[in-house]
Amino acid sequence: MNAGVHAPAIRLVNLTLGYDRRPAVHHLDGEIAPGEGLAVCGPNGAGKSTLLKGIAGLLAPLGGAIDFAGASRRATAYLPQVVEIDRAFPINVRDFVAMGALARIGLWAALNAAERARVAAAIETVGLVGFESRTLETLSGGQMQRALFARLIVQDRPIVLLDEPFGAIDEATIDDLLTLIARWRTEGRSVVAVLHELDIVRRAFPRTLLLARERIFWGDTRDALCQENLLRARAMSEAFDEGARECLRDNDHDAQDKPHVH
Amino acid sequence: MFTDVFVTPFAEYEFMRRALVGSLALALSGAPLGVFLILRRMSLAGDALSHAILPGAAVGYLVAGLSLPAMTFGGLVAGLVVALAAGAASRFTTLREDASLAAFYLVSLALGVTLVSLRGSNVDLLHVLFGSVVGLDDIALLMLVGVSTVTLVLMALFYRALVMDTLDPLFLRQTSAFGEFTPFLFLALVVLNLVAGFQALGTLMAVGVMMLPAAAARLWTRDLAVALPLAAAIGALCCYGGLVFSNQTSAPTGPAIILAAGAVYFVSMIFGRAGGLWRLKRPSRHLEG
Repeated sequence: MNAGVHAPAIRLVNLTLGYDRRPAVHHLDGEIAPGEGLAVCGPNGAGKSTLLKGIAGLLAPLGGAIDFAGASRRATAYLPQVVEIDRAFPINVRDFVAMGALARIGLWAALNAAERARVAAAIETVGLVGFESRTLETLSGGQMQRALFARLIVQDRPIVLLDEPFGAIDEATIDDLLTLIARWRTEGRSVVAVLHELDIVRRAFPRTLLLARERIFWGDTRDALCQENLLRARAMSEAFDEGARECLRDNDHDAQDKPHVH
Repeated sequence: MFTDVFVTPFAEYEFMRRALVGSLALALSGAPLGVFLILRRMSLAGDALSHAILPGAAVGYLVAGLSLPAMTFGGLVAGLVVALAAGAASRFTTLREDASLAAFYLVSLALGVTLVSLRGSNVDLLHVLFGSVVGLDDIALLMLVGVSTVTLVLMALFYRALVMDTLDPLFLRQTSAFGEFTPFLFLALVVLNLVAGFQALGTLMAVGVMMLPAAAARLWTRDLAVALPLAAAIGALCCYGGLVFSNQTSAPTGPAIILAAGAVYFVSMIFGRAGGLWRLKRPSRHLEG
């Protein structure tokens, strides 16, 4: 990893993201400062994963924009939820971690000595030495998560996006991965993580976006996770309107936006 | 005796040599594609697509008779349209992709059979459904070998993208400009091979030489770099075995090739070292704690 990474700021401008005109994230404004550690919390269906996919460039906005201050979405490395990866695929840990070099070596070049060293170092950092030749399906949930973090290390991007990185893994692994996240931040990387474990959020993430399709609160974690805000988030997610009409708010901001329902 | 059965038919008869070259070409590119189909959990999608090319081939037949270029072009267009339409139907409706594919494939099959019957005889219909590997002319042979070559070259060029798109498509889309393009390339290669195979094995059997050797290979190895050439080798062996069997018994060649592949698959299912029944039933010694 490089010391002194300069992450660009990410600015969300009236951002609406969703599928088939139905927004999962609605008119969101805010800024993620360089080097910030931001937790995204909220109930199921609040649009947290959708927001991450939007920032990663995997989902085009229905309205508004994501501005990387001159950089592009290529500045991001994205950790999907584990269920989105087919672990039955016959690939070993070393090759899986080496996928992280794709943006630098492309589809055709072989791994050079420097990249191989980077892969080995990443495997060592996450504590998977000795597992290099094991296939993904033989790994435990925690080991798989370590392999995914090793791939992020090899990717070496200034913005790291993590979608529920600690689901169903043990405390020792969580501690190791939190240490890694803290190291990324001291290097200057921004880390945005979707999390359900509020104790981890309070412990390791100074800022929190509490999301329930709309912004409930965005600011210091202690203020964000107060009882009142958490109750509001829960109430908002339950107020989903199946027969919603087209949203007129977009037209106030930007005539280019596609009309969507609520 | 040995040479009479295994060598002489190919040495004496040109049509047997043509059949061997054509079917080998088909197996060498189709079986590795089949490995990817299995890994993508799309085994039945391959089957559905093989039927989807029928109405296109039938339109080609209605326009130009039993003309290979016309039927191939029609089949190619129909296969690609159905592949894309089933994908779109599952994206924009509430039906999942397997249901959309099943619907499209049933309609395609019915439409194809109806179209051929409008003008042709039952012999033509049988030819379209089951192919005629012993009747390959120069054009058909060149097409089979050409498709096989193009497929193998493209698979080699985009091997890394195909692997990543199968394992973790979001990662590829996020990291590489080829992320959006790779699934379409794969689908196009599958359709291309099915269309090429249709002349030799017919629409009902073409997918067999793709899936059966691939499934058998996966039962012998967990290593993809071994599974791909192994599937091609098993496919080639089955083509040869099927042709010999067909020559000895006068069984139709297409089904004979697929039956040979089926036999290898069932043997692999029992004895395969990577997931065969025999292996799973016997508890092996484990390492020290």
